[in-house]
Amino acid sequence: MAKKLTVSASPHVRSNVTTTGIMGDVIIALMPALVMSVVYFGLRALVLTATCVASCVLSEFVCRKVMKRPQTIGDLSAIVTGIILAFNLPANLPLWMAAIGGIVAIVVVKQMFGGIGQNFVNPAMTARIILMVSFPSAMASWIVPYSNAWLKGADAVTAATPMASLAAAKGGDLSLAADLPSLADMFLGRHGGSMGEVCSIALICGGFYLLLRKVISPIIPLSFIGTVAVCMLFAGGFNLEFVAYHLLGGGLMLGAFFMATDYATSPINKKGKLIFGIGCGLITTVIRIFGALPEGVSFSIILMNILVPHIERLTTPKPFGFVKEKKEKKAKEEAKA
Amino acid sequence: MSKKVAGVLKAVRHGRGGVSVSHNKNTAEMPVERMPIPSKVVLSMQQHIGAPCSPTVKVGDIVSVGQVVGDSESFVSAPIHATVSGKVTAVGDIRLANGIITKGVTIESDGEMRLYEGIKPPVVTNKKELAKAVRESGLVGLGGAGFPTHVKLNFPDDKEIDTLVINAAECEPYITVDYRECIENAENVLKGAELIRKILGIKQVIIAIEDNKPKVFEIMKEIADRDNDKGDAIKLMTLASRYPQGAEKMMVLSATGRKVPPGKLPADVGCIVINVASVAFIARYIETGKPLVSRSITVDGGAISQPKNLRVPIGTNIGDIIEYCGGFKEEPRKLISGGPMMGIAICSTDAPICKQNNAILAFDNRKDLIKKERDCIRCGKCVDVCPMSLMPTLIERYAKIKDAESLKAYSVNVCMECGSCAYCCPSGRPLVQYMRLAKQVLREESAK
Repeated sequence: MAKKLTVSASPHVRSNVTTTGIMGDVIIALMPALVMSVVYFGLRALVLTATCVASCVLSEFVCRKVMKRPQTIGDLSAIVTGIILAFNLPANLPLWMAAIGGIVAIVVVKQMFGGIGQNFVNPAMTARIILMVSFPSAMASWIVPYSNAWLKGADAVTAATPMASLAAAKGGDLSLAADLPSLADMFLGRHGGSMGEVCSIALICGGFYLLLRKVISPIIPLSFIGTVAVCMLFAGGFNLEFVAYHLLGGGLMLGAFFMATDYATSPINKKGKLIFGIGCGLITTVIRIFGALPEGVSFSIILMNILVPHIERLTTPKPFGFVKEKKEKKAKEEAKA
Repeated sequence: MSKKVAGVLKAVRHGRGGVSVSHNKNTAEMPVERMPIPSKVVLSMQQHIGAPCSPTVKVGDIVSVGQVVGDSESFVSAPIHATVSGKVTAVGDIRLANGIITKGVTIESDGEMRLYEGIKPPVVTNKKELAKAVRESGLVGLGGAGFPTHVKLNFPDDKEIDTLVINAAECEPYITVDYRECIENAENVLKGAELIRKILGIKQVIIAIEDNKPKVFEIMKEIADRDNDKGDAIKLMTLASRYPQGAEKMMVLSATGRKVPPGKLPADVGCIVINVASVAFIARYIETGKPLVSRSITVDGGAISQPKNLRVPIGTNIGDIIEYCGGFKEEPRKLISGGPMMGIAICSTDAPICKQNNAILAFDNRKDLIKKERDCIRCGKCVDVCPMSLMPTLIERYAKIKDAESLKAYSVNVCMECGSCAYCCPSGRPLVQYMRLAKQVLREESAK
């Protein structure tokens, strides 16, 4: 007879989906955008990404050691945070600043609240905002694609992002916006901006991969992007070109597919996801149209992150077959009559 | 073509959630084999949901097959019959496969399988008589839950029942005994269905089968078409093969589009759901009067030498059954009584088969049996797959801090422990265990 029989609660079979597998899928989905950023910004983009990843993984390792918790770098989530953080930075940002970003993301935002799944705001997004506040000029010097930042370093040609130009286009009048790249350039990513957010097509490909692998649900990206599109349609006086610039510019694609869908900081139920996506879209629009900042994706996601527990509480699904009390009473009265 | 069976219906409505589990119906084409009479049987006095029975025999008594050895006054209970003829050698505490200690009657077989002379077909003309007869047959739900069937048939008179759903979904992986019942005893299934329908005055019977079992439809249709007296009251229905399709509430939803409210029974929405093997048994019992003394089980899993479908006397030792199937071909790491999704992991083969056991599975060290437990990443997969629209990950959190109020707000009592949440959890969390813990917290709270 067997010596060791495992006795455990049912179910006794498990699916082959694992946390590591999911994070691996996210990393794969981020690859097209990473390749494109190297194409546009040179090897400097790769070095910046490596710095962020190294800083994140190392921070996580040290944190878990110091807190005497089981090691979690194996679940690959720190690598995902690192890549997404790098995507949110200008390609020529000094590396030490990027490293600080990684430390903030992992130590302050993620591990101090209990590690994976426990952080209430998106680590990479919060790190980006902290860097923006701490190093405003370095975080706003956008180099022009193909200007070979690796060789020229800080002397590389910098330019405004299309979002800054777009802010001048009041009421959808694109002739007011100076130096606006063509829509094709916007789509392919040949314009100034954070290293990973410029190439919309690569991000959309990655997003579709995640949808296909069922890593993310389509609700948040669709409602986020959809809300921005509808709002911009009205804000721009039904100028479709204006809408297109807003959809392809800034961090919308990166934010909608990769950051707003972050498991830990978005609602877990469908209705909640819809409200979350619409909220992100509304706040993004309000900041872009009325705010002093040209771009609002990061702030909108962070603000909605904070609301997640409330959204979840308000959208708790009713259990199967649940009958509202009023309905039940009515049914009873009917039965009596 | 006769119009007697109105084709094969499609499910009226699909339930939400659920998971696609690989079916692994390896034993589907293996006819049910009769196992040789065991040298002794141990009859547990607790073989069903409800009140346990008390032994009605004493050590030294000579009993024959079908003689009552245990009974209870309680309504939600069913008598227990001797499953072999021979001598009672012990009456006392025994340990069941799940570790529960209960009263049991041990009978040493004389190998003759003498039938009890008191056995005669019951006379059944109305609901009361049917319920009484079914209770005396000792029948409990053969699908796995073990709820005494007569309780379902004896619904209050003020409830109008218009649909009888015959559950042949068999959505648990590996298990094929219901499938074999449909193939080998299709006539009895249809006969039993018609009998219950007539006596209870039910409008329609829906025999619901998952769409991965097309052979059953052919056989059932052929018989139903041939017998001309059935009218078109009996319908075949194909359901999506998605776990947990066979769960009672899911079944009612698929077959009729009605939702059974939390804490209510199918009878509250005009339905009775009975397992296919139970229905076939009722048909046989009404004809012969021979009570429930044996049942079919699937013996399968990577560690079993010769997987089989077996008909065994109730009370047969699990170890004897495994031995009859050639023993273990490698050291088993997990033994399961029932299916892999809802069955119970057992710690020893030295325990008897009970009425509701539909499978014995033995697994070797397979990868998908063990998943490393990590922290919840809030992916929400458990919420997506829960057929009852619950939020397992939040319930887990509240169960840990024993927050009874929140657990009530998140309706944990609606959970049927189907295991879909834990199955799909990428972090390998034992969510079903937390669901049980949560229910325990609520029980303790209400006891205060």
